[in-house]
Parts: sequence; structure tokens; C-alpha cells
Amino acid sequence: MIETLIGIIGATLRISTPLVFASLGEVITERAGMLNLSIEGTMYTGAFVGITVAAQTGSLTTGLIAAIIAGAIVGCIMGFLVITLGVNQHVAGLGLTLLLISASNTANRILFTNKDGMVRVDPWKPFDFAGPIFSQYWLTYAAFLILAPALWWLLWRSGIGIRIRAVGENPESADVAGISVARTRYFALALGGALMAAGGAFITLAFLGSFTINIINGRGWVAIALVIFGRWGIWRTVSGALLFALVSATQQQLRLVPALSDLPFEILLALPYLAVIAGLAITGRNVPYPGAYLKPYRRL
Amino acid sequence: MLIAIAIIFTFIISSAMIRWAGANPFAAFKYLLGSPLQSKFGITEAILSATPLVLTGGAVALAFRAGYWNIGAEGQLLAGAICATFVGLHADGIPHWLGIILMVIAGALGGMLWAFVPALLRSRLGIDEVVTTLLLNPVALLVVTGLLNGPWRNPETKFPETQVLSENVFFPRVYPGSRIHLGLIIGIVALAICWWVVGRTAGGLKMRAVGLAPGAARIAGLKVERTLFTTALASGAIAGIAGAGEVAGVAHQLTDGISPGFGYTGVVVATLAALSFPAVLLISFVLGIINVGSFSASRALSIPSTIGEVVQAVLLTTVVSALVFMKYRIVLDKGKHRD
Repeated sequence: MIETLIGIIGATLRISTPLVFASLGEVITERAGMLNLSIEGTMYTGAFVGITVAAQTGSLTTGLIAAIIAGAIVGCIMGFLVITLGVNQHVAGLGLTLLLISASNTANRILFTNKDGMVRVDPWKPFDFAGPIFSQYWLTYAAFLILAPALWWLLWRSGIGIRIRAVGENPESADVAGISVARTRYFALALGGALMAAGGAFITLAFLGSFTINIINGRGWVAIALVIFGRWGIWRTVSGALLFALVSATQQQLRLVPALSDLPFEILLALPYLAVIAGLAITGRNVPYPGAYLKPYRRL
Repeated sequence: MLIAIAIIFTFIISSAMIRWAGANPFAAFKYLLGSPLQSKFGITEAILSATPLVLTGGAVALAFRAGYWNIGAEGQLLAGAICATFVGLHADGIPHWLGIILMVIAGALGGMLWAFVPALLRSRLGIDEVVTTLLLNPVALLVVTGLLNGPWRNPETKFPETQVLSENVFFPRVYPGSRIHLGLIIGIVALAICWWVVGRTAGGLKMRAVGLAPGAARIAGLKVERTLFTTALASGAIAGIAGAGEVAGVAHQLTDGISPGFGYTGVVVATLAALSFPAVLLISFVLGIINVGSFSASRALSIPSTIGEVVQAVLLTTVVSALVFMKYRIVLDKGKHRD
């Protein structure tokens, strides 16, 4: 029993890692006043670019860096669409997601599945110390111990954070105060995209060591829900990711319980998604959206 | 003009990918766009491929017109397919006409059911429908695979697919010598009804008012939440009928590949059509051509067939960019719908 619980806690930290990266990336973006629906595609791209570069160069770190760069580039493309052109953010984000997923799948076929099957790397191993709870990947440690505190500091204690929140709440005032709305928003999208891609790369470079189609499987949409659940705060969003991961880890354990073996496992697989919707239904009422959310900024 | 520039950009961007795949872009586009149009078979297959897009595109356009961001057409389509399959598995001994009507009703009910929770959460609690509709898409697919791996598994082949449905519920072919089925007629009728309701009725005026300026609509005394709720259910119903059409008109059974993303492509269709219902029909056909053409391009040039999806997504991105520029142009023809 205790062993099962420890196993669940260890799995919770592991499962939450890509969601922490991605949802914190989305927090930064939405704090700057933009919904980034390209998150699902950006994670997908990060997962694919990460493993592809890692397989070609033989270095997992190079793969991760390539994924981060790719994510930042995707953020800039999103920025060109929604900041420079002022395209509707829902449509631009969803269009980019469709584009990135189909382009990754096509590249996967050109490079790998049409030739020698599947791309594989020898993935990062979890540290092996102090029992299953602390035997985690270094990226998991990085997400909770470095990334989250650093982004909290960035958002609430640094000049860049003030600018990000200012252009997200009231771009007119920010502009008058001498802040470049466009440049700040580009920065937020690039940083957010880099984090989303890193979350995707975690899945291929640490978790699986391989790439399959549909690898992100709605995690990006979950991350967007977590941001609302977390009310655009760093720690509440991280807590949301942990809660979601806890439900996922629990359902994985439940599948091993003999008494439940008659239950279709698809019901258990659907549980985390339904839990997110239920969580939104309970806590998502009257949430304080950033003031300029979804609104393109134009100087009059 | 701007649309032409967008298409040229689409060509340039897609060409990079096609070239990388090892094919001549001009040859690839000849197959993508040309080869389906060169034979009667190709044209009818493109129309067949366009049929579910007419319905999902119409469903998305309807919801977007009211400012309800229904991105769950994929899940609603699958839910419609599930309910229709239930009817089709229990339809022995009923007349054919009744079977067809029941299929359409079941599809619509399934889609509405799947659209119900996000619509309720949005209209009662103000919870963003983008997230909830998106999250229910993978859940719908899980319900499909759960049924196919469980109670509905084919008893003969043991494959995760249902047995072939009762012939009493098959949609009849509407054009001899092709696979085009009743779903196309239903789709065109649905678009016509949407066009009429949105453009010519008081309810449609309310919808457009809610979509263009929800704040102003509320001050004017419109029941914004109720309008959004009704529109969301109607949108779900139309997407659900698309699922019934795929089951009753094409596959004649439920498989986990019943929809290769028709719901998401519906968003592409609606956006490329600038949310105009007549244009949805045209755009569906164009995307249907690309779908069919991508397979002939794939066979002839041995490039991945997913290149068709890339072209569609690039087209979406470039055209929405072009549409933004069109907003800043003086539009001379009055009464033309924008946005």
C-alpha cells in the first residue's frame, strides 16, 4: 500500500513535468494579453525536433536546445500573426497547431518511417537515489526547483515582468509609459513557446526515447485549462499540473487493480480530461482574465 | 488580389516541404489539385471527401458567427457517429426510410449531447468554451475505442470495429456509379437552413449581434447566454450529423479511424470561407480535392500523403493573414459579409 502511494507520488512528479513547462509558458503568454492556442503544436514540434536533432547529433542536450530554439521561433511566427498582423488569436493558434502537427508528421515520414522505421534515442535516465519519489529526471528537478521560482521572480519582481503584465492588462497605458507593446509581447510569445517546446521535448528525450504520432495527445489543451485553473499565477498553475498528474498517476495504478480489470481502461484514461473540466467548472467561475486578453493592440 | 498573394505564399511555403520530400513542387501540386479533376471518379471522390467537411465546416461557421468558439466539432462528430452506430446495430426489421431518419436524429442528438456540457458551463458559469470543447475531443475518441474494444468488438473478425450495420440504415447513393451519398444533400440543406436562419430571421440577427458585440447585445436586452447556448447545441447537432453520415454513408460500420480530423478541418473550412455558408460549400470541395489529390501525389511521387494536411494548414494561415488586410480596404459591394 505504502509502496503504491510512493509510486503514485513519483509518477505524479514525472507526469506533471511537461505540463509545468507548457502551462508556465502559457501563463507568461497570457499575462501579456494573448491566448496561444499553438501550444499543442509547439509541444508536438518540440517533441519531434528534440528527438530528431538528438538522434542526428548523438547529444540529448543539443536536441533539447534545438527544441527550445524551435519553440521560440514558433512563438515569433505566432507573434507575427497576432501582434504584427492582428489575426484573430483563436484562429492563428489553431492554424499553427494544425500546421506544426502535420509538418512534424510529414518530416517524420520523410526522415524516418519511410526508411528505417522509427526514430529512437537512448533517453535520459532518472537520478537513482533516495527511493522512487526522488528518483526523477533532471528536467523534473529543473522544472520545480529552478524554472518555477525563476518565472515567479521574472513575472513579479523583474522589470520585464512588470512590462509583460502591463501590456497584458492595459497596453494603452503601457505604451504611454514608454513600453514597447509589440516587443514585450513578442518576447512573451518567444519565451512561452520555448518553454512549451521544452515540455514536449521532455516527453521524447526523457520519458519515451522515441517519437510516435499523436504523442502530445491533448496535453497542450490541458495546459491551457491549468492556466485558467491557476488564475495566471505561477504556483497555482504548478499545483494544478500536480493535481492533474495525480489523477493520471492514480488511474495508471487503478488499471493494475484486479477488481477493476473488467472496467474498460479507456474510462480511466478519460478520467484526467474529465477531472480538468470538473476542476474548471468548480473554480473557473468569474476568473480574472488579463485585461487585454485576446485584444490585438493598435495605436490610434 | 490579396487572396491570390496568399495562395502564392502557400505554394512557396509548401514547396519547401515538398522539395525536401524529394519531389518537384510543380508536379506535386499538379497531382494535389489537378489529378482529382481529370476523371469523373476523381471528382466524385473529392465530393465524397468534402461531404463531412460541409457539415463540420457549417457547424463551426454557425458557432463562430455567434462568437461561440466551438473547437469541439471533432468530438461532436464522433459522438454523433457513436449514437448513429447504436441505431444501426439495432435496426433489423424497420423500414429503410425510418432507418435513415433515425440515423440523422441519432447523429444530431449525439452531437448535441457532446456540445451540451461546454455550452452549459459557458452560458451558466461563464467558463471558456475553447478549453472545454477541445478537451472533450480526446474523450470522445476514447469512448469510441472503449466501445470497439469492448461491447461492440466485431464478433467474427475480433478486430476493434463494429460489425457491418443493418442495411436498413445505409444512406442511399445519390449519384450513380459513385460513392456520393445522402449526406451531401443533408449537408447542403443544413447550410441553406443556416444561411437562411442567420441571415434572414430575427433569431439569426440576435446571433450575429451577440457575436459582433456581446456587451452591446446585452445592454440592448438580448439574452446573450441563451443565444450562445442554443447556437452551441445547433452547432453540435450539425457536427453530429456529419458523424452519422460517415457511418451510414461511407464506412457502414464504426471504426476508430472514422474521422481523420474532420472536426478540426471544419475549423479550417469555416475560417477560409470567412464564415459565409455558401463559401463553406465551395471551400469543402477545394479541400476535398486536396485530400484526394494528396493520395495520388503520394502514390505517384512517393511523398508522404500528410503533405495535403500541410498545404491546408499553410493555406489557412496565409488566408487569415490576407483577410486581415482586407479589413483595411474600402469595400464597395454593399451587403457583403465580412468577418
